[in-house]
Amino acid sequence: MTSTTAAPRGVEGKSRSVAEDVPLRTQGSGRAARNALYILRKLGLFVLTLWAAVTVNFILPRLMPGTPADAALAKLAQNGPVSDATKAAIEAQLGVPTGNIFEQYVTYLHQVITLDFGVSYTFYPQTVSELVSTALPYTLVLVGVVTIIAFILGTLLGVLAAWKRGTWLDTLPTLSGSFASAFPYFWTALLLLFFAGYVWRLFPTSGAYGPTATPNLSFGFLGDALYHAFLPALTILITSLGGWILGMRNTMISTIGDDYVTFAEANGLKPRVVALRYAARNAILPNLTSFGLALGGVVGGSILVERVFGYPGVGYLLFNAVTNQDYPLMQALFLMITLSVLVANFLVDILYGVLDPRTRR
Amino acid sequence: MTTITETQQVSIAKAPGPWSVFVRVASTIWSNGKARIGLIVLGLFVVIAIFAPLIAPYGASENGFDRSSDPTWEHWLGTTAAGEDVLSQLLWGAQVSIFVGLVAGVLSTLIAVLIGLSWGYARGFGGEVVNFVVNLFLVIPGLPLMIVIAAYLSGGGIAMIITVVVITGWAWGARVLRSQTQSLRSRDFVTAAVFSGERPFRIVFREILPNMTSLIVGNFFGAATAAILAEAGLEYLGLGDSSVVSWGTMLFWAQNSNALLTGQWSLLFAPGLCIALLATSLTLINFGVDGISNPRLREGKTR
Repeated sequence: MTSTTAAPRGVEGKSRSVAEDVPLRTQGSGRAARNALYILRKLGLFVLTLWAAVTVNFILPRLMPGTPADAALAKLAQNGPVSDATKAAIEAQLGVPTGNIFEQYVTYLHQVITLDFGVSYTFYPQTVSELVSTALPYTLVLVGVVTIIAFILGTLLGVLAAWKRGTWLDTLPTLSGSFASAFPYFWTALLLLFFAGYVWRLFPTSGAYGPTATPNLSFGFLGDALYHAFLPALTILITSLGGWILGMRNTMISTIGDDYVTFAEANGLKPRVVALRYAARNAILPNLTSFGLALGGVVGGSILVERVFGYPGVGYLLFNAVTNQDYPLMQALFLMITLSVLVANFLVDILYGVLDPRTRR
Repeated sequence: MTTITETQQVSIAKAPGPWSVFVRVASTIWSNGKARIGLIVLGLFVVIAIFAPLIAPYGASENGFDRSSDPTWEHWLGTTAAGEDVLSQLLWGAQVSIFVGLVAGVLSTLIAVLIGLSWGYARGFGGEVVNFVVNLFLVIPGLPLMIVIAAYLSGGGIAMIITVVVITGWAWGARVLRSQTQSLRSRDFVTAAVFSGERPFRIVFREILPNMTSLIVGNFFGAATAAILAEAGLEYLGLGDSSVVSWGTMLFWAQNSNALLTGQWSLLFAPGLCIALLATSLTLINFGVDGISNPRLREGKTR
């Protein structure tokens, strides 16, 4: 297993995006000042990136032909006749011809800051923020919990694979890990749904809870929700585990070769102690950054998996917004997803600076 | 005096032509066992895609057969809910995936090479700006961005999908090629080229570029894999042109016509398996690509 290109692109990219450009500076005076400078630098970059992302979200809809109001009115007309007052209200709300692009931009920024994205076209009387806050808990719990489980399990298996290199404990997870990145994961989801849901009838086929249940915090409802979440969770676990195993294994193999590990072994420490407390401790650093980024990605949900299982999370909401050309909802969701990734990226940068002093310039 | 210069001239090896480079690259990849399997599978799909009109028993959207039928002698993989032959659709569908993988892979690699190399070679403020833009593209989550752009460009078909995949896929390659260029920039042969008065454009693309063949080839196969998976995903969500017959749209129609309920496993199983096989073959080829510029990774060193 000599290839490095077989590692999942996402995982490698994420870890490298932070770990690159590591300067090796000798220690000197003004350490606190340099730390502050490091954080300030990262903060400045974060604010700049945030502004760019917000602006991209502003420009994208304006690059397309036709105004958002046309799409909105066409959408509303499907539900019944649109009164002139509604029409005027929508045109006023979307600021169609009023004001030049700069005024529109200022209005948009105001919307972003106040988190007020108006009314959804598709789910008409409901506001965008209501829809998002209903969908968010499902995604956070489902994808969040599974991401944490996958990270812990994958890291442990990766340590094991690197430590028992060459045995089946190594080859099996590494091979399946490399091929997992080449599998269309919505297909895995479809197959699970088909067999476990339709053929064997073990699990429900769609939704987050049964048709008769109402969301509350009783044990009965939670059990029902867990039952419905099982298949989506299993899909995400299967498809993301390989990346964590491979990532941990690859960094672990390079730390095992380091002198301090050999020294620890020569000192007669137990292999388990050497593996976990010496080698794995350093090897986990780049994977922690990937984990931080993956947590940031949790808010975006798992669009394809949520679509397959009809799971009412953020990803499914985005899918609905896109297929119904619900621009306000789409804009708000995309902004929220990007924002959480940016914040996670920033926090990971800072954390990495704390954990690995070499990163600080 | 003259004899010495003559021998010196003779001893300078001629730069290999593009054809011989291609043959050497191809034979290096072929010599790796895993990559050979990948090349054979890929070759099979390419042959299917090219000769689909001859191999396929029926037309791709030819309908009027029994609806949602199970496999029979007339229809080896059954028919869809609209009465189309699944096997024929599968064979025709190879064209779309191969085409999207090839074009999107080439385009995003081209952009990655152009930006990555000039960005890695240049010093100064311009580099910081490019750095910012590339980081922006790397940090914005790929699938949501693709879906949102696809929604704005709705009804664009395959050209739209390729555009979306290239927009979201070039940055990673540019980043990798840039760091490699940066490390090559300070090598002696580049310094020699600078002192001999070569223009930066020539140095970057004639001196530095050939040293990164394996990275570029690897980047192409990686980008093509990502493009094929992204295309299938977008079409499965119904964001492409759903009248085009491809593996992604087959899965889209399978879910929307309740193939799950009617128990038509072939309609679900076959397109996904083809996507997975094609993408896996590209991943396998990449095992051999590493050997192009690093002889230690070639044949016989599989641990």
